[in-house]
Amino acid sequence: MQPLARFGGWLYAAAFNLMERPMLAIQRLVGVRNVAWAFLLPNLVIFGLFTFVPIFLNFMYATTGGDQLLLWERPGVGAENFATLLDCQNYLDPNTCQRDLFWRAVHNTGWFVVLQVVFMVLFALITALILNKNLPLRGFFRAVFFYPVLLSPVVVALIWKWILQRNGVLNAGIEGVGGSPINWLIEADWAFFWVVFISIWAHMGFYVLILLAGLQAIPADVYEAAEMDGGSKWRVFSRITMPLLMPTMVVVLVLSLIRAVQAFDEIYVLTGGGPGSATTLLLQYIYDTGFAERPRLFGLAAAASILMAAVLFALTLLQLRATRGQAEGR
Amino acid sequence: MLGFLTRTRGRRRADLTDWLAWGFLLLGVLLMLGPVLWIVLSSFKTEAALQEYPPTLLPLATETVVVEGHAEPLPLFRVTEGEHAGRVLAQVRRVGLVAQMIDPADPATRIDVNIAAREPVREVDVATENYTTLFSRFNFLLYFWNSTFITVVATILTVLFNSMAAFALSKYKFRGRTVVFLLIIATLMIPPTINLVPIFLVVSQLGLVNSPWGVIWPAIATPTGVFLLRQYMLTIPDDLLDAARMDHASEWRVYWRIVMPLSAPALAVLVLFSVMWRWNEFLWPLIVLNRAEEFTLQLALNSFQGELQTSWSNLLAMTVLTLLPITIVFAVLQKYITQGIAQAGVK
Repeated sequence: MQPLARFGGWLYAAAFNLMERPMLAIQRLVGVRNVAWAFLLPNLVIFGLFTFVPIFLNFMYATTGGDQLLLWERPGVGAENFATLLDCQNYLDPNTCQRDLFWRAVHNTGWFVVLQVVFMVLFALITALILNKNLPLRGFFRAVFFYPVLLSPVVVALIWKWILQRNGVLNAGIEGVGGSPINWLIEADWAFFWVVFISIWAHMGFYVLILLAGLQAIPADVYEAAEMDGGSKWRVFSRITMPLLMPTMVVVLVLSLIRAVQAFDEIYVLTGGGPGSATTLLLQYIYDTGFAERPRLFGLAAAASILMAAVLFALTLLQLRATRGQAEGR
Repeated sequence: MLGFLTRTRGRRRADLTDWLAWGFLLLGVLLMLGPVLWIVLSSFKTEAALQEYPPTLLPLATETVVVEGHAEPLPLFRVTEGEHAGRVLAQVRRVGLVAQMIDPADPATRIDVNIAAREPVREVDVATENYTTLFSRFNFLLYFWNSTFITVVATILTVLFNSMAAFALSKYKFRGRTVVFLLIIATLMIPPTINLVPIFLVVSQLGLVNSPWGVIWPAIATPTGVFLLRQYMLTIPDDLLDAARMDHASEWRVYWRIVMPLSAPALAVLVLFSVMWRWNEFLWPLIVLNRAEEFTLQLALNSFQGELQTSWSNLLAMTVLTLLPITIVFAVLQKYITQGIAQAGVK
């Protein structure tokens, strides 16, 4: 470790020496106050190139057609991309839509978001409440529940694919107790169930941590006062814990909603959106349309992502209102 | 032991809710760690043992023996019934319900045994070749290097650029400061997933498709990082900076020699986040890196599972090696990671 630390220190000093002269020259040129812009420059250039400019380019893609990547080679089509995406006789039945796959993805995403968020927040709350008790090994349990959050989505998908395959350990267990094996990822309803289950498994720990932090911010004397008044456990929970935890709950709810709308990685590796299109979510539709399939319909993908952005924007505004409410509540 | 497990705060006895809590926690541990342990155990099984159904817990395999006159090693069986009961024989082939077997010590005589009257001789067989072939046949080191390169370079640049911006935004009063800060914060609302097509245009115009830099550059100006570091740097007293300026320190020296070392705790949190983000990133590399020699570990795993549906042995080993670095980092820094995430509220 020692040589490594020394090498790190040497690198740190070398980087300092390398940049000192140019930065000093800039400082002499523009003055101490404006040197701030020199510090901001690298970050702003990258923000500009990869965030700000793309926002506008996205609208230009959405209003042009064809499969060319270069914008000046793409013919303008106005709002046609949006029109085809939204062309539907009955929005509740994807088969009546011109882009039926898009609407199937919208439906799947809707169900996924509702089920995943509701059950994940519920289980995260139960876990956080239990971990908030003064139990032995609390640190260990907290770490265990958090561990899957760190695993890469591909690893998560492969771990479960191995368990769920036809000759996997789950089917062996079911046969062991006398049940009949199921093709978990080939039957549409089961595949959807596992997609929801696995994304809860992979992300719950993060929300447990946030809720736990919220629970520990509730002062202990509030509980002591309630105990002295002889309130039952349920009464303490419903009258004290929940109201005081509400701001954290709202943040957790909105954060998990925003994440769920953009779900892609684990699901794509686990099922590839199948069987059929049973587990194709919105982001996978965008990826498939714009990148995976030929011809690459960049315009349609951009239009779909703008529609997704609108949903995310609304959710973020909700979050801002919620966090402001939280700040004022204190 | 039971007294230890049922101990609660205060001296009262454990009640029903405590038992329910323990049940929930133990079930949770099983559910959270079980799948990972299962894949680690499975990764040490031979391809033949992986095909077995129902699967065994430990990596067991049928013992084999090399007999003169037979090219392939022959599986060993223990005969359970009949006149040869108790002998250990090698099976040459199976014909219907009859197994043709020989004694390895006396390969000339053939012995016919009913297949129901024998059971395989099992031994624990740790298939380390699942791992070693990753290095000899599957270019694992190349993918590992690609992932490491992207993770390390992107993390260094993220910390450098974000801390420079945070320094400017927290320690200087200049026109446009609020506007810049709000612009950066506003990008929190615009996740890269909604700009995939135009970011791909920028990356391809810069000639970075199929280059690790095409993954690195779009990722490093994180609004989360700027925000996290700025909030921390605001707590560093300006007097310290002014004292250094009195001694004719340049602004770069103030930043590098005073503000950076004092921000170490916040920088550490950002390093952890960045390593986690870049090591696990999937969708953007999937779009930018199309050539196998540029694949990250995650992409290699993904394409591997598509090609080799049946060769689980190497796939499982590769999965374990991919989750290993993050697991080690977590085991060592568990406390700091959970604290950092609870404080920052980001992932």
